[in-house]
Amino acid sequence: MRTTYSIRISAFIIILGILLLSGCSTLPKPGPYTEPAMRGYEELVPQDKELSALVYDPLEGFNRGVYRFNYYFDKYLFLPVVRGYQFIMPDYAEDRVSNFIDNVLEFNNFTNSLLQLKFKRTGTTLARFGLNTTIGVIGLWDPATGWGLHREGEDFGQTLGHYGVGHGPYIVLPILGPSNLRDTVGFVGDTLAFRNLGPPAWVDDDDVTLAFTMVSSIDRRKRIPFRYYSSGSPFEYEQTRMLHTKKRELEIAD
Amino acid sequence: MRHRIIGLALFMLIGLPALAMAGGKPYFYPYVNPLEATVMEQPPYSQADLPDRVPTRTFKLKVFPDRQIPKVFWYEKGLVCSLTYQKKKAPLVFVIAGTGARYNSPKMVNMQKALYQAGYHVISLTSPTHMQFIINASSTMTPGHVYKDAKDLYRVMQLAWDKVKDDIEVSGFHLTGYSLGGMQSAFVAKLDDEKKIFNFKRVLLINPPVSLYNSVNILDQMLVDNIPGGLDNFDSWIDTVMGKLAEAEEDMGYLELSGDYIYKAYKRFPPREDFLASLVGVAFRMSSTNMIFAADVMKGGGYITPKDVRMSNSTSLVKFMLVGEHTSFTDYFTEHFVPFFQQKDASLTEEKLIDILSLRSIEPYLRRTGKIGLLHNEDDIILQQGEIDYLEEVFGTRANIYSIGGHCGNMNHPDVVDFYSNFFAGQEG
Repeated sequence: MRTTYSIRISAFIIILGILLLSGCSTLPKPGPYTEPAMRGYEELVPQDKELSALVYDPLEGFNRGVYRFNYYFDKYLFLPVVRGYQFIMPDYAEDRVSNFIDNVLEFNNFTNSLLQLKFKRTGTTLARFGLNTTIGVIGLWDPATGWGLHREGEDFGQTLGHYGVGHGPYIVLPILGPSNLRDTVGFVGDTLAFRNLGPPAWVDDDDVTLAFTMVSSIDRRKRIPFRYYSSGSPFEYEQTRMLHTKKRELEIAD
Repeated sequence: MRHRIIGLALFMLIGLPALAMAGGKPYFYPYVNPLEATVMEQPPYSQADLPDRVPTRTFKLKVFPDRQIPKVFWYEKGLVCSLTYQKKKAPLVFVIAGTGARYNSPKMVNMQKALYQAGYHVISLTSPTHMQFIINASSTMTPGHVYKDAKDLYRVMQLAWDKVKDDIEVSGFHLTGYSLGGMQSAFVAKLDDEKKIFNFKRVLLINPPVSLYNSVNILDQMLVDNIPGGLDNFDSWIDTVMGKLAEAEEDMGYLELSGDYIYKAYKRFPPREDFLASLVGVAFRMSSTNMIFAADVMKGGGYITPKDVRMSNSTSLVKFMLVGEHTSFTDYFTEHFVPFFQQKDASLTEEKLIDILSLRSIEPYLRRTGKIGLLHNEDDIILQQGEIDYLEEVFGTRANIYSIGGHCGNMNHPDVVDFYSNFFAGQEG
């Protein structure tokens, strides 16, 4: 017990160390013949305005490292697995799996709509779950959308935002990608609630939960067309950061 | 679905759909406004019928194997090209992408499908203005000089051909490109007539600019003239556009920082003339920002990045991006491009360079070379007054000019696809 504790402490210290070290290295380093640029930042860009490109990102060095890690992870592991999955599965079956996963995950839409006291959404989500589980055969089909009951995506990050919690520092999560402190807390909250109160608790079988987690990760990646470094922009990290932040603001306001 | 509804609504708003004659057949195009034609994706009912997927593979070229690529471009490991292949002996068409576009941009993929369907192999090439080309395949690392860019493209074509020649059977070579790629095709064709490596049988220029400088000026101006409240509001305007892009991401389920994506995102905005124009301007500005940064860093900096500064794979680039967004292509031209080429040839002046970088500088060649054809639109937004008449006069019967379609807006129109699919077989019209 004591050993696990100290391992955890050292892991924490190592991670903190990486954070601090990499956090310092984001400024361009001057060489022996450095001269200022002809077109300078201070002269051209208004300094008194809040620009959405300037997202609060004190961990940028670390984040860029994780962004790079994600690029390699995606390229050499995640996408090949997704391609294998797509190769094995007929398209029709893939769509059934996607629907099934969406239906199981309605749990978080439900709890968060409720926590935000959005009763209409809570009702819609509940009705969707009921209809799709029964008429849609355990969620393999999604007749609810056809009847005008559209999916209401809500997560705990949005709930926190709804009650005025700011996004905090930008964070790039390993594998999962762009996030921020508030949404990372939200993600942990959603995962815990889902595990302990949601469908996995109802089923109460670790193997089933593990299988669900794996398949839903593959399914989620399959549905995101984003590919690292195919944007043709050297500023992909900056633009992803800006657009992700804007997008979350919109989701919370909605 | 949304496209269809918006397309239909606009169609009804416009009331009188444009009907014109081109090549003897009635040509129907749903947008009469050239900006709309340029920005909007064609509604599905007016698109050519193309296969969903065609056999295509990509390959990577190391054009300058000894070149040291700065760490900040750690993800750049060669120039990626694609080959769309037939299983039988067939002619091969090289296609050059437009400004800032890659070998697999939506327009390029449509051309691959159409040309495959018409029985051709296709090699697709990324534009010399794209970051990947500048870093891996540009000899000057200063894009825009159409003579030098043509040489670089010609080198890339030879390497690409070398890479695939054992796998496919080829009966002859053709060449085409759209937008800036169309202009470059003309210069590559001229080069090939001297070097005689491919002996292109037919060359088609699709919506090329006449003068590079005139066209980039028009595009720069579209942004400057159409920002609500003028250039002082540039930053809040960009912010608004980014907000809308984020909204579009939520709606479309994905995000891609390309001009094509911005065009698609447009559908979320009310169709207003000034807005459309500024959107074309923003798309152009974003791709020129990428280009200028790559060109500057590759040559050791000094323009929008400090000279001789070390950037790693973790360096924060946001300030350079913002400076780039405040730099027009015209600024780049006068402050960076002209001085760079003057260093090599002191007799060069800005005026002289502007004159050289134009189809006019190879006018006699274009007049006498029967294998070169032109596909263009009378209302192309990147042309200056009189330039379309000039092209019509120079190309004569080899010019196929549609009355409407904006800048490359009708490239997926069935008539246009038919035209270029037949062109290489020598039976256009």
